[in-house]
Amino acid sequence: MEIYLIIMLVLMILGSIYSLHAKDLLSAVVSYGIVGFGLVIAFLLLYAPDLAIVQVVVEIITLIIMIAVITNATHEEQAKEFSFSSIFYIAVFLFFGFVLLGVLAQISGLLNSFGHHVTRMASAYIINAQEAGSANIVTGILFHFRAYDTLGEATVLFTAVIGILTVLRHHGKKKEDKNEG
Amino acid sequence: MILFILCLILFLIGLYGVMVQRNLVKIIIGLAIMEYSVILFLVLIGYISGGTVPIISESFENVLYVDPLPQAMVLTAIVIGLATKGLMLSVAIRLYKKYGTFDIRQMNTLKG
Amino acid sequence: MKGKKTSLHERERGMTLVVKKICQFIAPTIFLFGIYITIHGHLSPGGGFTGGVIMASAFILQILSDGSILDKLRQEKWRLELTESLAIFTFLVLAVLGLLIAATAVFFGNFLPAGTLGELISGGIIPIGNVIIGIEVCAAISSIFVALLIFKDEESE
Repeated sequence: MEIYLIIMLVLMILGSIYSLHAKDLLSAVVSYGIVGFGLVIAFLLLYAPDLAIVQVVVEIITLIIMIAVITNATHEEQAKEFSFSSIFYIAVFLFFGFVLLGVLAQISGLLNSFGHHVTRMASAYIINAQEAGSANIVTGILFHFRAYDTLGEATVLFTAVIGILTVLRHHGKKKEDKNEG
Repeated sequence: MILFILCLILFLIGLYGVMVQRNLVKIIIGLAIMEYSVILFLVLIGYISGGTVPIISESFENVLYVDPLPQAMVLTAIVIGLATKGLMLSVAIRLYKKYGTFDIRQMNTLKG
Repeated sequence: MKGKKTSLHERERGMTLVVKKICQFIAPTIFLFGIYITIHGHLSPGGGFTGGVIMASAFILQILSDGSILDKLRQEKWRLELTESLAIFTFLVLAVLGLLIAATAVFFGNFLPAGTLGELISGGIIPIGNVIIGIEVCAAISSIFVALLIFKDEESE
């Protein structure tokens, strides 16, 4: 069980490394799909079918929107100029990488090993799930025990859509300027 | 334990994409990879070996369920992530229309 | 003569004829599947968010296969915005109703009977909440896509 998850994670890491170093933008987007679909198999191995269905459809829609963005744009990347600031950025990134690895080494004593999770909070939800009346415990949590969070999620989705509709607006402001001037 | 270290490596790859890359689309891909690594970490924490899908069925009794709380939190996070990626990509389209390139080093003229 | 002219223009738009005819069969089936997953959200894996994104993908398939006329897209965008706003308003009304009915005096209280486990009509307001959130998520993701297409069409005019 653990060996399959390790294989999927290594596949995702290789796909993401190639995606950030591809010369062509279209190859980068396609190999970003490897990461997304590897995540679907990881969800199925972890007994989470709800998340797998959502992740498949969301990944396909993301790929469609990304390809629509880069279709009429240049595909080539300009030559890499090795300037001083790129060395600075790489140094800062390595510093943060070592800090995060050190943090993980410190808290590895507090994390339970994989597969031996202590469900202190979730045991109350599972025991009282009959009171909610739904056979799917995840839906019962989302709509009965924690319905306020679902309202917050709907609000965030609404706000993000309003933001997109505002950014992509194309009113005839320029035509008015041309008429006046 | 090695699974958590691999998740952290995926997070660091996304961080590299955000900090070092110069193409705008690759910065957005790096942000998305960071988000995927955090989602996978949350669902990995809630796994109990020997557990099963958290759906109550009348034919089984006294079953061990996988922790359903991280799954409920992640379900909304995935859909919100789609809307945020859409917002970032629409800003990228606008920037491409104005400057003609996706390179962030050449976007340094502020219109007053 | 006029009939021939419009049919020729319609045939040139979008993808080839084979793709259009097949998508006329497939897109309603995908939409029906999304409705099924939304309604049975409390019995099997699924629910509001899952069904909502599946219904949105049926919309996207239809728009991609049939091409896009700018006026029809603008009309569609207006309708999608109205649907999304009405859906989230209905969700708020449902929450306040739980506050007003005196049996459970809390915000988002479950005021319908729980019923027996495993039936289609059970679980209080959970099926109603699933349907409303499904409509809202479908309208949101479809309107993202339609706004993107309108921007690209206006840019190339």
